[in-house]
Amino acid sequence: MSLQLQGIARTVGGSIHLHPVDALLEPGLHVLLGPTGAGKTSLMRLMAGLDAPSAGRILQDGQDVTGVPVRQRSVAFVYQQFINYPSLSVFENIASPLRLKGQERGAIERRVREVASLLHIDHLLDRLPAELSGGQQQRTAIARALAKDARLLLLDEPLVNLDYKLREELRTELRALFERRGAVVIYSTTEPIEALTMGGSVLVMHEGRVLQAGPTAQVYHHPASEAVAEVFSDPPMNLVNVEVTGGTARFPQGLELPLTGHLGMLEDGAYRFGIRALHLALRPKPGLPFLPARVELADISGSETFVHVHAEGLDWVVQEEGVHEHGLGEPVTVYLDPTRLYAFGPDGRVRAAPARGRGG
Amino acid sequence: MDKIENNKAWFLVLPVFVIVAISAIIPLMTVVNYAFQDIFSPQDRYWVGTEWFESVLADDDLHGALIRQFVFSFVILLIEIPLGIALALAMPARGWRASLALVLMALPLLIPWNVVGTIWQVFARADIGLGGWLVNALGIPYNYTSDPVAAWLTIVVMDVWHWTPLVVLLCYAGLRAIPDAYYQAAAIDGATPWKVFRHIELPKMRGVLLIAVLLRFMDSFMIYTEPFVVTGGGPGNATTFLSIHLTKIAIGQMDLGPAAAISIIYFLIILTLSFVFYNVMTRMGTGERA
Repeated sequence: MSLQLQGIARTVGGSIHLHPVDALLEPGLHVLLGPTGAGKTSLMRLMAGLDAPSAGRILQDGQDVTGVPVRQRSVAFVYQQFINYPSLSVFENIASPLRLKGQERGAIERRVREVASLLHIDHLLDRLPAELSGGQQQRTAIARALAKDARLLLLDEPLVNLDYKLREELRTELRALFERRGAVVIYSTTEPIEALTMGGSVLVMHEGRVLQAGPTAQVYHHPASEAVAEVFSDPPMNLVNVEVTGGTARFPQGLELPLTGHLGMLEDGAYRFGIRALHLALRPKPGLPFLPARVELADISGSETFVHVHAEGLDWVVQEEGVHEHGLGEPVTVYLDPTRLYAFGPDGRVRAAPARGRGG
Repeated sequence: MDKIENNKAWFLVLPVFVIVAISAIIPLMTVVNYAFQDIFSPQDRYWVGTEWFESVLADDDLHGALIRQFVFSFVILLIEIPLGIALALAMPARGWRASLALVLMALPLLIPWNVVGTIWQVFARADIGLGGWLVNALGIPYNYTSDPVAAWLTIVVMDVWHWTPLVVLLCYAGLRAIPDAYYQAAAIDGATPWKVFRHIELPKMRGVLLIAVLLRFMDSFMIYTEPFVVTGGGPGNATTFLSIHLTKIAIGQMDLGPAAAISIIYFLIILTLSFVFYNVMTRMGTGERA
């Protein structure tokens, strides 16, 4: 089945939750990526039919389902909280949507066991949700959604309440599960990394709008605007105002960069250049242009160090491999790879993007 | 590090000892003293063993009061708990209507117990009470001062009026604590309202229901003020519940020995039944912690 959104919007009491959205969603995985409050949940609720859109139409396989109540649609929903029936066993929880559809006993039994084994909870079928760990509870909720075999499966930040390890594990499993299904799967997340690992296609959302949609890797490498680049980078893309005259970009720190390659055809004028944290370096790299800056904060996360640096006109984050100690206020030299620079115009639209094929 | 012996620590627990002793242990032991002795004065007292217990346990008046008490508490729980749940479910979830409903619900709880008794004593009177007069005007003979059934009905209706709001407020709080996502998930599953109640609302309310049942059981089992004001235990002994019976023995007849024995039996019954309720309800149905 396919899901088509025609200008659906939602306004609640004068405040706009969602600006008109147009999209055609084919079977497969679609990631909704955006910060908290971007309208991901609002959009998913409209898709499910839990809320009615203030404007626009929703079509399933070309049929208008805008006014059809949720219980008559083929929808399954997984929430960020672990939602299971508290007084029913795991088995009964997974079976509940099947029972309500009036399926026969043997078929239910088979289906529940099949889905439970996919999610590795087949040994927990007799337990009550409260007797499970968080990860197992969410597995149960996902199993309940999968058991239904709905044509539209919505997962609203399903892994956000799980710890890091479990999240990685489930993410990989889920991706494999979704690949085998003929349903439209919508998966929302605030994390760019999650969107990238899940693959499929992505809809980048910000402040109630869908900013860009397309295959995930393509959107990541070719963000259409500064806003998309910021949302789809973690840490957010580093930006700086530059002045381009006669094929040279003037950075605030007195750095003058002759423009070549993909930046070569930029016309004279004011731009904002963007570069991801991972294409900046603090260790000398021969031949690369550099800027002086001071360390504001060094944040060690796992086996990487995120160094927040400040200089007049820029506040950047540099991603370094390995664990590095940096003193506050320590002067550093930031090296940047000009082949990884994005150029955005004053309107925020992208003017030049690096060619693909050399990693993120 | 060496352990330091320090007797000053006793001073830290002393206040608790004193408070518990004065508030619980000493009064209770006084009752125990009276239950096993015949006391005329501090110097003049005789050990009677279980004699008081034997005599009160053989007393028909106590049997009657005990049976009435059990029937009363049972009827109260049977009416107030389901009614409380139903009212809580029917109450608006938000907005000014919710505030209004909450205030109206809380009103009976704010009235002193003897005033509640007085209100109903007057309201239900067949001659000058609006309620009693109206029932009679409808052709139903009703007089709680002469008819035992009418007296029971009056006391039960009064208690339901007075205490169902407590159950409602507890259940309402429990219901509001259920995340909206549960209802959405049920809607997506296509669950019927009954299934939503049975598998989401009821299990999620279990904690507050346990408190409601315990409170209503203990309170109704100890009811004294309202029936004392309305019927004084009559007509005859029809509404003489345990505490009214106890007061009659202790204050009316000054039989302190038997009264102390009844007090202990009374206390043990409440303790045992509360313990049973608690255990049954915490184990019932779901493994969710209350």
